[in-house]
Amino acid sequence: MNAFTELLVVFLSIALVNNLVFTKFLGTCPYLGVSKRIDMAGGMGLAVTFVLTLSTTMTWLINRMVLGPLGLDFTKYIAFILVIASMVQLVEMYVRKFYPSLYQSFGIFLPLITTNCAILGTCLFVDLWGYDLPKAVIAGFGGGLGFALAITIMAGIRERLDLADVPRPMQGPAITLVTAGILTLAFMGFAGMVR
Amino acid sequence: MSTVSRSMPGRGADAGFVQTAGTGEGRFAEPAAASAPEVAADPVPAAVSAIAGQSEAFGLLIRGLWAENPVFRGLLGMCPTLAVTAAVQPALTMGLSVVFVLICSNLMVSLMRNALTPHLRILMFTLTIAIFVTIADLFLRAYVPDMSAVLGPYVPLIIVNCIIIARAEACASKKGLFASALDGLGSGLGFTIAVILLATIREILADGSWFGVRVLPSWWVPWTAMKLPVGAFFTLGFMLATIIWWNSRKRARAAASA
Repeated sequence: MNAFTELLVVFLSIALVNNLVFTKFLGTCPYLGVSKRIDMAGGMGLAVTFVLTLSTTMTWLINRMVLGPLGLDFTKYIAFILVIASMVQLVEMYVRKFYPSLYQSFGIFLPLITTNCAILGTCLFVDLWGYDLPKAVIAGFGGGLGFALAITIMAGIRERLDLADVPRPMQGPAITLVTAGILTLAFMGFAGMVR
Repeated sequence: MSTVSRSMPGRGADAGFVQTAGTGEGRFAEPAAASAPEVAADPVPAAVSAIAGQSEAFGLLIRGLWAENPVFRGLLGMCPTLAVTAAVQPALTMGLSVVFVLICSNLMVSLMRNALTPHLRILMFTLTIAIFVTIADLFLRAYVPDMSAVLGPYVPLIIVNCIIIARAEACASKKGLFASALDGLGSGLGFTIAVILLATIREILADGSWFGVRVLPSWWVPWTAMKLPVGAFFTLGFMLATIIWWNSRKRARAAASA
């Protein structure tokens, strides 16, 4: 397998087959909370993709270049969360200053992202799987797109659910969780596409 | 000191703490001047005083267990709730780790609550939590390596568990040490109860066993789906629906008898 195919496999694997939300349960809180309208879900997905790509790259570099050689592996989690928090802060300031229109569309979601477990979770999984740098970047990008896909589909379904006649106790979070369960079943169809 | 706090009842959890301090449990007693303005600025919710009766701090403990259970009522900490509940044993390990981190971080945040500045607040919470999560993770890796391997990255993911940040923000950054510790214990145990309930249903249906011990007869056909993510989402969804249905029935009965 040449390098390009390998990267493609990593991308498809994390975006569809091992989707962060459906198989790893990462980012379930915003997935259930924010996914009420398609445009908001899209903004959130975009913001997550952006930050996730940057932070998997940064945490990979810091983990392999700084913490590993210095034998500071036990500070990994503290370093990761610091990197993510400062990354989010920097991205927010940069986007607000230079791309005001982009900030309008997804900037409001940026502060929420620090505590989105999809970010820290992907960084930790990339470390666990022992990816090299190109794979780590692709995994971050693919994971973000997978999250965006999941949250947008969910928002679409929930907009329809508003019109449906749901039994009273099932209204709200319960029906959302059951819907998410059916969606994971749908995504299981991708299993076996790549290992 | 205790007479003063008794003369102004219902002034938040610090009042309850000072009361116990007067009866000899006040090892963590702080200068009254430091906590006085916060005590005054913190009106007590009516629900707490109804449940707690005498002590606000114990009210916080009880409240976290069921009435304000972080999972069933707050829908917080969904990621570990769904991810580690395929069997009871990892769920219990996860629950106890969360209890440990929650108590320690609540104590720490409560200690530094007067030094927190608004825009650095969340960062300080996260760093505090990260330190205790590192301790918990190293401990699990050293003493229960099998469980640590099963849980994998979900132990470090406690850092971004919204329950802990929510408790730091809502309680520990406003209240005294004693109240914060009990609040952490209550919410942590509430989370543990929730994950164990969920894991019990899933493990019994998926494997016919509970805590690794076989409980269903051998003709039981295992529901493999219960082990998969779909089982997690379905079980939690139907549990939430059951709780809502139960509560509404109770309310309807109370209204009928009144």
